[in-house]
Amino acid sequence: MIFAAAAIAILVSLALAVVRALRGPTVFDRVLAGNTVGTLAILLLATYGFVTGRPEWLDIGIAYGFLNTISTLAVLKFFRHGDLAYDIDEKGDAS
Amino acid sequence: MELFTNAVLLTLLAIVTVAIARQRSLFGVVILSGIYSFLMASVLIVLDAVDVAMTEASVGAGISTVILLATLHLTKSIEYPKPRNTLLPLFVSVFVGAALVWGTIDLPAFGTADAPIHRHTTPRYISDAQDHRIAPNIVTAVLADYRSFDTMGETAVIFTGGIGVVLLLKGRRRRRPGKTAGEGMS
Repeated sequence: MIFAAAAIAILVSLALAVVRALRGPTVFDRVLAGNTVGTLAILLLATYGFVTGRPEWLDIGIAYGFLNTISTLAVLKFFRHGDLAYDIDEKGDAS
Repeated sequence: MELFTNAVLLTLLAIVTVAIARQRSLFGVVILSGIYSFLMASVLIVLDAVDVAMTEASVGAGISTVILLATLHLTKSIEYPKPRNTLLPLFVSVFVGAALVWGTIDLPAFGTADAPIHRHTTPRYISDAQDHRIAPNIVTAVLADYRSFDTMGETAVIFTGGIGVVLLLKGRRRRRPGKTAGEGMS
């Protein structure tokens, strides 16, 4: 019961995060909303396992976490340097 | 609960899809497609297809984001004027969508135990996989042994696609070819 309530709360926050991603005035709002959706997907994965009584897929959440981090880092690196292969040692300055 | 969760997630998916189509900044499209992939992965988890959800999350949210960003770097984001006539593409997509929905009417209901797919070869896989001693896991046995040619074809397709992407992204960057190629494959 409590897990069902938690799952519904997660779904509501998913909807709010999607709204932020759609409306977000700046790019960073969208990036943050995308990261939040990834985190909520992990939470939903965990909670839904307990709702259905089969919490065997908790460890997949770890892989989701990795993917979420990598894609957010890639987006932010692209936004800062305009280039994914940017090498700080090669260019010399950290600006 | 399953119906409710799926309804909410699919509604969000539809909203995100429309937003992707209407979005004018390509950077925003990349982020929104990452969101789409995570929502789709959640739908697949609710539908009990955890392996497909895993693939969707890693391919859609992980690699696709990075590859799309790399492509965005190589191309320029100039907006072309609106295409002249959108009526024909709209008609084609609505027609194809309607045909696909029409095709699903004959399918057995989701999760039915006596659907043809569960009665044809699956009982034999389940009863014989242990005796054949090919792989300790039935799913692995079906994918890697009973359907090995099918799986080999799939991996060949994916490998070809990966080579194409690596070659496309390599293109102009002769100076540091190793790094660009590494990104395409990671």
